[in-house]
Amino acid sequence: MQKLVLLQSKAVPLPAENIDTDQIIPARFLKSINKEGFGNNLFRDWRYNSQTNEPIADFVLNNPKYSGEILVAGNNFGCGSSREHAAWALTDYGFKVVVSSYFADIFRGNALNNGLLPVKVSDEFLKDLLSTITENPETEIRVNVEEQNISFNGKSEKFELDVYKKICLMNGYDDIDFLISKKAEIEKFEQKTQKVYES
Amino acid sequence: MRKLFVSFAVKNNIDIKMKTLFDKVWDAHVVDTVPNGPQIIYIDKHLIHEVTSPQAFAELESRNLEIFRPKQIVATADHNVPTLNQELPIRDELSRTQVQQLTENCKKNNIELYGLGHQYQGIVHIIAPELGITQPGMSIVCGDSHTSTHGAFGSIAFGIGTSQVAQVFASQCLLLNKPKSMRVTVNGKLDPEVQPKDVILYIISKTGTDAGTGYFCEYAGEVFENMSMEGRMTVCNMSIEMGARGGMIAPDETTFNYVKGRQFAPKGEEWEEKLAYWKTLKTDEGAVFDAEFTFDAADIQPMITYGTNPGMGISVNETVPTPQNESEEKALKYMGLNAGQSPSEIKVNYVFIGSCTNARIEDFRSAADYVKGKKKAENIIAWLVPGSQQVAKQIYEEGLDKIFNEAGFQIRQPGCSACLAMNDDKIPEGEYCVSTSNRNFEGRQGQGARTILASPLTAAKVAVEGKIVGYQNLN
Ligand code: SF4
Repeated sequence: MQKLVLLQSKAVPLPAENIDTDQIIPARFLKSINKEGFGNNLFRDWRYNSQTNEPIADFVLNNPKYSGEILVAGNNFGCGSSREHAAWALTDYGFKVVVSSYFADIFRGNALNNGLLPVKVSDEFLKDLLSTITENPETEIRVNVEEQNISFNGKSEKFELDVYKKICLMNGYDDIDFLISKKAEIEKFEQKTQKVYES
Repeated sequence: MRKLFVSFAVKNNIDIKMKTLFDKVWDAHVVDTVPNGPQIIYIDKHLIHEVTSPQAFAELESRNLEIFRPKQIVATADHNVPTLNQELPIRDELSRTQVQQLTENCKKNNIELYGLGHQYQGIVHIIAPELGITQPGMSIVCGDSHTSTHGAFGSIAFGIGTSQVAQVFASQCLLLNKPKSMRVTVNGKLDPEVQPKDVILYIISKTGTDAGTGYFCEYAGEVFENMSMEGRMTVCNMSIEMGARGGMIAPDETTFNYVKGRQFAPKGEEWEEKLAYWKTLKTDEGAVFDAEFTFDAADIQPMITYGTNPGMGISVNETVPTPQNESEEKALKYMGLNAGQSPSEIKVNYVFIGSCTNARIEDFRSAADYVKGKKKAENIIAWLVPGSQQVAKQIYEEGLDKIFNEAGFQIRQPGCSACLAMNDDKIPEGEYCVSTSNRNFEGRQGQGARTILASPLTAAKVAVEGKIVGYQNLN
């Protein structure tokens, strides 16, 4: 997993609310057996005309004015299916941080497991941020993982991140590394609860 | 609707021994707690399918790790299998590759696979309960959000992402923060025309799609106590649609009778031991939930959705409501509907009875009961997709196939099918489909398809009448 400690970047505004994982990556693109290439189909049905496959000019990812490694989205981002492909599509496209005033649970977990940081901010902060970056696409946003802080134009807000996830993110570790280190305790638990199904 | 939030301060004052059903099952699976961090939760059963497992197998291989407990994993092919001519090779190359990859991965790692052609194949959330793999008090995960279905047995069951699939492969455990608990109580008696699907669509239409975020939800009250296991599974299945990690219902005689005698259910002495434990799995009197909702069964009528999330639901007798914000306006635009419109004016052309929400034998029986002796309307294409080979077998054994065939319905082979349209079962752009599945998101049933969620009975009525009809037995 890639480390994430400090990020300073421009941001892409996508103010729609309740963006579900079917919009982030439609089911018909889930047929791959590896993790790469999903970025091409990120927001596919909003991004390309369904008949001609031409880019839809007024969709924000097709607008050259906007760029950056931060996606700023409306409330309740990532609801719907548990597909981790949504997180892969976002990271494969190049996003490292998603900002919203709410994240669906599973998406949040998936994102963190892939080094993509979901930053949950207040409604007011989000509104301010969205309008600022929409009007001034050059605005630089700073995300400091250590201090759990997001800032732009002198305004800043703290965000939540549990200690364990923070250590993982800052060091590029993931849950598998940790769980493997706990094998002995897991086996003890199995014996204690007689959960040994191995024949 | 009564909504009551209890603060943590209050909770801490209550006797610590009072536990919810969720607490009991969760606590029984805690291996360890990371200081200031998540808990290590042991997973009893891990269900896998072709779409969300290949990258997890690859992850383990890339780290040179073995599957820790292959015997606790059950695999099936469901998401993108065809529902016609399953005996032939899958035509779509990508789908074929995924299914082949699953077969290879299972073989290599000694994992039981109920693949195409196997008598147990079917939608993952239909087969595990019907085979007795799902049991009370278990922790069950699957790389699929509707894993919440299994909570109907009083187990903690939830969907996980592919990284977590890899974690369970590697350690049979997950790192999790304990969710908060909520309870939805529905008391009273349902009208016979009102099905479990209507109950859950009603609940979500009242709570909204994010009321459950961060929570595990227990369903309690007479309505659920009197419900069949099939019905309870339909309800728990859609817990995720109100944002909850999972849903659960305390196991009782209905549960035990359902589990008993199934292929993988405990037998003899083991059964007695487990049964004694299962009987302790209910919320203690006085246990406090972080959030509670209470509803009255008498208020619930047959439901449909009119928008693009499962919370946008109305009774079949209501008209399309006025949008309250931009996203609701967008939803109506996508659905091609106007505020004030009657559901009966919607030009429905497809009916889909299937998916892990409503493709159990009981669902097909209730549809067949209504359809018997009638014919489907000319304008409707009606697909019936059984949830598993075993359900399909029952349909034929009970002669339901004759009823459906005579009425002009098409019975297909088991799989997820038009629930997510990864195979060829797609609803064409702009067309309306009354569907017993669980999600009406934009494009869920095919690009531009318009989904109206409903119960199997409502779907059967629409197929016969050619449109959504009102409900007569008004309370
Ligand atoms: S039937 Fe639909 S919701 Fe259920 S597992 Fe299949 S795709 Fe998911």
